[in-house]
Amino acid sequence: MKTTLRRAAITGVALTAAVVAGQETGKAPGPPKPPSVYTNPRAGAGDPRIGLKGGLHDAAEAANGLQRIATLPKPPGFAPGDPNTTPPEPPTEEQGVGGGGGGGRRPNIQYGSTNSDLAFSGNHLFVGNYNGINFYDIDDPGKVKLRTSLLCPGGQGDVSVYGHLLFMSAEAMNGRIDCGSQGIPLPAGYKPPPPEPPAPNAPPGTRARRPPPPPNPDRFRGVRIFDISDLAHPKQVATVQSCRGSHTHTLVIDPKDKENVYIYISGTGPVRQADELAACSGGDPEKNPETALFRIDIIKVPLAHPEQAKIVNSPRIFADEKTGAANGLWKGGTHGEGTQTTSVTDKCHDITVYSALGLAAGACSGNGILLDIRDPKNPKRLDAVSDPNYAFWHSANFSNDGKKVLFTDEWGGGTQPRCRETDPMHWGADAIFTLDKGKLTLASYYKMPAAQTETENCVAHNGSLVPIPGRDVLVQSWYQGGVSVVDFTDPAHPFEVAYFDRGPTDSAKKGMGGQWSTYWYNGYIYGAEIARGVDVFKLVPNQFLTQGEIDAANQVHFNELNVQNQPKITWPSNFIVARAYVDQLERSGALPATRISAVTAAMEKGNRGQLQSLAKGLEKDSAGAKTAADRERMKALAGILKTARR
Amino acid sequence: MRIWPNIAILIGVSGWLGMGQPAPIVQPGAPGKPGKSVSAAAAAKMGVRAPVEADVAFMQGMIHHHAQAVEMVDLLRTRGLRKDLLAFGERITISQSDEILSMKQWLTDRGKPVAPAHDHAHHGAGMPMMPGMLTAEQMAALAKAKGSEFDQLFLTGMIQHHIGALVMVEELFETPGAGQEPVLYDFATDVDNTQRAEIGIMRGMLKEKR
Repeated sequence: MKTTLRRAAITGVALTAAVVAGQETGKAPGPPKPPSVYTNPRAGAGDPRIGLKGGLHDAAEAANGLQRIATLPKPPGFAPGDPNTTPPEPPTEEQGVGGGGGGGRRPNIQYGSTNSDLAFSGNHLFVGNYNGINFYDIDDPGKVKLRTSLLCPGGQGDVSVYGHLLFMSAEAMNGRIDCGSQGIPLPAGYKPPPPEPPAPNAPPGTRARRPPPPPNPDRFRGVRIFDISDLAHPKQVATVQSCRGSHTHTLVIDPKDKENVYIYISGTGPVRQADELAACSGGDPEKNPETALFRIDIIKVPLAHPEQAKIVNSPRIFADEKTGAANGLWKGGTHGEGTQTTSVTDKCHDITVYSALGLAAGACSGNGILLDIRDPKNPKRLDAVSDPNYAFWHSANFSNDGKKVLFTDEWGGGTQPRCRETDPMHWGADAIFTLDKGKLTLASYYKMPAAQTETENCVAHNGSLVPIPGRDVLVQSWYQGGVSVVDFTDPAHPFEVAYFDRGPTDSAKKGMGGQWSTYWYNGYIYGAEIARGVDVFKLVPNQFLTQGEIDAANQVHFNELNVQNQPKITWPSNFIVARAYVDQLERSGALPATRISAVTAAMEKGNRGQLQSLAKGLEKDSAGAKTAADRERMKALAGILKTARR
Repeated sequence: MRIWPNIAILIGVSGWLGMGQPAPIVQPGAPGKPGKSVSAAAAAKMGVRAPVEADVAFMQGMIHHHAQAVEMVDLLRTRGLRKDLLAFGERITISQSDEILSMKQWLTDRGKPVAPAHDHAHHGAGMPMMPGMLTAEQMAALAKAKGSEFDQLFLTGMIQHHIGALVMVEELFETPGAGQEPVLYDFATDVDNTQRAEIGIMRGMLKEKR
């Protein structure tokens, strides 16, 4: 989910209609303009996802190509409280002032605390939550088991794992260094000083600023590091504070540096006061060159001494190339008639690094950016794109070959329904870019195609690659829009391969639920369902996906997976992988049926001579393949036939 | 519901799996300090954070504040001139109406009224003015204006209105003890983000003055 806040001087003076410097294009928005590139069509009214019965634990489900094999509800401390035992909240000091007291009514908070991002290590799954992290055993994915609950509030609980170290983001105002759940109470006897009266000439509606709250040394906003050598007794070894907290973070591994790992912090919250955390200040970079806006923060974690982790650089990655001004990218304003309202680029929401290529893709509120991270402490911007249909650049995935980047737009922030029939298909969607020589070019939009209801929060969200050789396939979360598996092998024509959807958490009222992150890991797909807990899925064949392709994907094994630290996928050279290519060449019609059966039969028999000759033919014919994808498949298949054993 | 071939429709009842030995619940301490083990009953009480009075007042006030924006767009439909402004106004109405529903839900879920109780301290009936809200005089002037004069008043008024929302969010986070409830935190920061972007667009439209 996106949250973002930029502290700026807002005074009576600012109420005048000053024009924002920069974007003064002179065109204003109108009804959504049609997209300039292909967008997948909306599903018809007969789609089985439409009209599903709602309910928290008894909603109806529709699936195609995906099978839910387990669901484990959230445990105590994360689950919804029992309304019969949840006491009415305690009275507060200010109770009664301005009305709106509890009136003795019991709260009815049905869904507990929000599940968020996922990380994997060995046979363990780590599920982040606004209230902490839950560790699960996934030796048998159909019987996922809770191993340990780590309580440590602070939101969003974005999580990464590296060996025995577990990293967690905290951004909210209630986070504490000691992981306490009491939040930050007021100092004993604290009475807020009275606000000053408004200035005599202040415009209507102006109120004087309140004095800021007292700083608190217990507050924590930043990245926590836990030692999980003993899974039953996680220990907090470091707390790295940052000016805007950590909304998300990204683990970065420098292939040349065995002593350290790095963490990129994407902080989007309000800037802290300098008397709570030294050297923090906000505001416009033209007025305050030290502003904590318009940058990311980079933590260096010495592996032998993680307790010494600290911020080593805060690069101005949005800087103007010529002038060096920190706010060199999207400054706000309009892209023209019929375009989206795009946030200012003063922060990144999430960054995906692909260390094998020395690249990172940053989803940075008003822009998608490409970074050279070969020196991870000093990322250098290579390219930046904006998009007239994007509200908020949210996350990114590279294709395995690094020739495409799929960005997401979290229009509405994740709490609003943005997949209704009235919401454009190219808004709140994925944008698929080709990447060539460090330049990004828009190729298409993709949006989960089944219209959702008013009560379902829905927009593009986090996903990971499904390692099907020969194809670029992403399994992706759409909050209450469920899970959609998209094929973007042809970047100009993405299409849906599989899906899973539940009815709304509640058909009668708006609820915050659905899939936050849905990632493939070693043959299964794990979903962090915000309200309902952990879901486990497996792929099942359908018209867009064969068992051979699923089997080939399952040849890939990760020892650890942090999706935003994107691993390079390699496949073994064996007939299981070869069969996936054969299935794809059959589906696309690139090879006639006779050749398909010849290759299949030769693989059955394992006749070396026959395989060699078929391989030669494939290599030769690959040059004439109609698509680049088929050409690569034919070459890859030939390579296996020449060398592989069955 | 029609059932299509090849598509599995599962009327699912989530399995409550994972019975057996309960997993430990650990609350780690500050770095270098011991953590503690927490009982399931104690943990269950930590699951949900209650809002403070300022949180409730923020939501109630913001409903009132958003409602004025919707009212202004209602006037825009019949009195404005610029087509692009009308289209933009419709977008404001969509986002503010959606957010009003979210805020009402938030309050209702927490057993709070969607508007504060009648309070004589605030000079008569109704809600106090929230920052940036147009005064009765400003609203009357808007309701009287037409054409390009209306458009101008609408833009300056809505910019004033939106800046007020940013002030409200800032005040929320500056109120000691407030803004710590997680759903509210996400919502308030999103309001800030959206309205800030809309202000940028409206400032551009004002400059353009066509």
